Amino acid sequence: MLIRTVPPAIKDPTEFEVNLPPCDKHILRNGVEVYSLNMGTEDTLMVNWTFHAGNSYETRNLVATATSQLLKNGTGRLSAFEVNEHFEYHGASLSRHSNHETADIVLHCLSRHANELLPVVAEIISDSRFPQKELDIFIQNSKQKLQVSLQKCEFVASRLIDAHLFGEGHPYGKYSTPADYDALRQEDLLAFFDEHYRNGRCIIFVAGKLPPGLFELLEKEFGGLSLHAPQPGYISTSHLLNPSPQKKQMLINDPEGVQAAIRIARPFPNRHHPDFKKAMVLNNIYGGFFGSRLMTNIREDKGYTYGIYSYLMNFIQESGWIISTEAGRDVSEATVSEIYKEMEEIREESIDEEELRMTRNYMIGSILGELDGPFQVLSRWKSLVLNDLDVRYFNEVINVIKTITGEELQDLAKKYLVPDEFYELVVI
Amino acid sequence: MLQFDRFTLDNGLKVIVHEDKSTPMAVVNVMYDVGARDEDPSKTGFAHLFEHLMFGGSINIEDFETPLNMAGGENNAYTSNDVTNYYIQLPAENLETALWLESDRMLSLAFNEKSLDVQRKVVCEEFKEHYINKPYGDVWFRLREMAYKKHPYRWMTIGKELSHVENAALSDVENFFRKHYNPTNAILVIAGNVQTSEVRPLAEKWFGDIPAGEKYDRDVAQEPKQTEARSMEIKANVPLDAIYKCWHMDARLDHGYYVADLISEVLGGGSSSRLYQRLVKEKQLLSNIECYHYGSIDAGLMAIEGKLVKGVKMHEAEKAIEEELDIMKRELISDKELTKIKNKTEAAIAFEDMSVMTRANNLAFYEILGDAALFNTDRDKYFAVTAADVLEYSRRIFDRSNSNTIHYYSEN
Repeated sequence: MLIRTVPPAIKDPTEFEVNLPPCDKHILRNGVEVYSLNMGTEDTLMVNWTFHAGNSYETRNLVATATSQLLKNGTGRLSAFEVNEHFEYHGASLSRHSNHETADIVLHCLSRHANELLPVVAEIISDSRFPQKELDIFIQNSKQKLQVSLQKCEFVASRLIDAHLFGEGHPYGKYSTPADYDALRQEDLLAFFDEHYRNGRCIIFVAGKLPPGLFELLEKEFGGLSLHAPQPGYISTSHLLNPSPQKKQMLINDPEGVQAAIRIARPFPNRHHPDFKKAMVLNNIYGGFFGSRLMTNIREDKGYTYGIYSYLMNFIQESGWIISTEAGRDVSEATVSEIYKEMEEIREESIDEEELRMTRNYMIGSILGELDGPFQVLSRWKSLVLNDLDVRYFNEVINVIKTITGEELQDLAKKYLVPDEFYELVVI
Repeated sequence: MLQFDRFTLDNGLKVIVHEDKSTPMAVVNVMYDVGARDEDPSKTGFAHLFEHLMFGGSINIEDFETPLNMAGGENNAYTSNDVTNYYIQLPAENLETALWLESDRMLSLAFNEKSLDVQRKVVCEEFKEHYINKPYGDVWFRLREMAYKKHPYRWMTIGKELSHVENAALSDVENFFRKHYNPTNAILVIAGNVQTSEVRPLAEKWFGDIPAGEKYDRDVAQEPKQTEARSMEIKANVPLDAIYKCWHMDARLDHGYYVADLISEVLGGGSSSRLYQRLVKEKQLLSNIECYHYGSIDAGLMAIEGKLVKGVKMHEAEKAIEEELDIMKRELISDKELTKIKNKTEAAIAFEDMSVMTRANNLAFYEILGDAALFNTDRDKYFAVTAADVLEYSRRIFDRSNSNTIHYYSEN
């Protein structure tokens, strides 16, 4: 007779060895480092060029974003259409992302097309032209997109909470206005491109089933460019934090709105601080996954929201700890008070051993799952490299997850989950 | 060529095993052959609401989430107009935990009033977040109602209206479960670092004694051929005018489906696609434009949507879109375009196949379509499409009498 009420025996995930598959490092003749991971069964390839070209380096708002977005819009030889067609003809995608410190160009393609595609990426990095006409279209369409986004409470809340936490003038807190788009000038983009891409500080990451001759190809196409490697520990830190003097704010963005976007956040140190790894575990218990306290209480018990999460912001110099949800308008105040109530409970009551074990096991299982596949493994390496960390950090994280005690977590909660230190924003 | 084994339990449950020793993980995917198209028109949104209730405890297991997390597992689910799918990923050593959990909720749910009450609210918030509290969020409610007069694709998976979700009763939940959630209406896929010889006894152990239940025979009204163009105007509090058009296309396994898929690539796939290049870049009539379809099992819809550049008149934008469709109906696409869309399809498939979870999901879906082996052969049908097929099919679907249009105006 099958007994269904008793769970089958499990191997406790904390007994698993969790190792980050090693990554190779090559150095091109101009000093640019190439981190590579040869892994996977499909003939797929990802190449990621990371430049220190985020918005921390711009002198006018949106120049970093606009430069990044318009990299595919024409070189000395190819029009925007021809650049796009070249990648799309080969079934490839070339995406651009601009962050605060860094900006990425990411190529996804079938390994066998690398020979046709990498030279065009090199051309983009050395000879993008930012035609005025392309810039004009970009400005017009970006303003339209912004107009639509500004009608959504979650968009408005997400950008304002960053401004409250870091200051409107700080790269982490800046946001865009239609006037910023109008003020974009071709010469600013060209100058930014020249300094931060063509002559920029670059790191290359490659993963997938690496085709033969890939490193020779990278050397040939990128080793001769006037790129250079970032100096160790190099990150501009000239920006001053300027948080909002007012901790609680409420905004009616849409009088007809039926939901409220709630963002509650506090400053938090970056990954180099000894509390960061421990806070990752505490965050999971508090609001980091579906089985967390916030989700269990506010969604699964009260039904106030479709989802609620807390997380540590993925920034390099400063981080923040944030709770984020969209809740029914009529229950938004109740939601806010439950968020604080959960903080209080985690500070005041010791954490149950079973709950801690469940969180550890979930986190280990989740990391094991994420290490499945070359692109995911490489993105772990990339995060380590950009944060000036190495594999020891990854191993320490695993160790903290496996060994942290309930008392340590409670001490951490008393130190950080303090309502007075949080900025609270509700946007309807 | 993807390898898999297949067997059927005595109660009719079809089991597919796909071994991949390169991962330490296992995936358990249970797909039920039920979606929003199987709902009563007066109780829409039910398949999706039901999916939420599947996490509210089953007959012998009060809490689904905790034991799964204990075993290092994660899970999620989705509902479409066609199917409902549940998937778990966990370390392969703990595979049995997933089978224990999935089998118990296939056996019977706990059916509790509290869970229903909470999930009604959660789904209402989901409804608000995605469709009400969002500019243009109502468009597909209107478009589906316009395009479908008979077929149940005329409502959204989330439900036709909030009240249908709000009024769901516990008796509806029980009836729905009995009708659709049983071994004869489900596909179980076990994939990852597993072995068929070990999986088979485990599947029999946990799923073997679940009563077979009755096979649900789908009797869905087919949509009659549309014979005249339909259109409507909406005025709403949105910042920009927008245009939405859709046309009936073929069902998932028909030849026309593959042709339609490639047509959507020619028109809207990427920044070198025709609509983007001509209408956004050259003529600057629209600030964005997309062309897509939903991959529906029954005859679905191909859609084009875009937002108008401020100052552009609706009829100008519409005329420009129609000019592009006329070119599709008049001229063969070039060899270069045909190669481009096939290369793109080949790459998309390779990237999709990198994930064990996606492979498991696809195997289950093809088995619902009739045969998991289609996973390996269905894809060749894209590569068999010719430029002449594209021309002929464009003529067929981009016919005015097959079109549904919404002119969405900003009242600001």
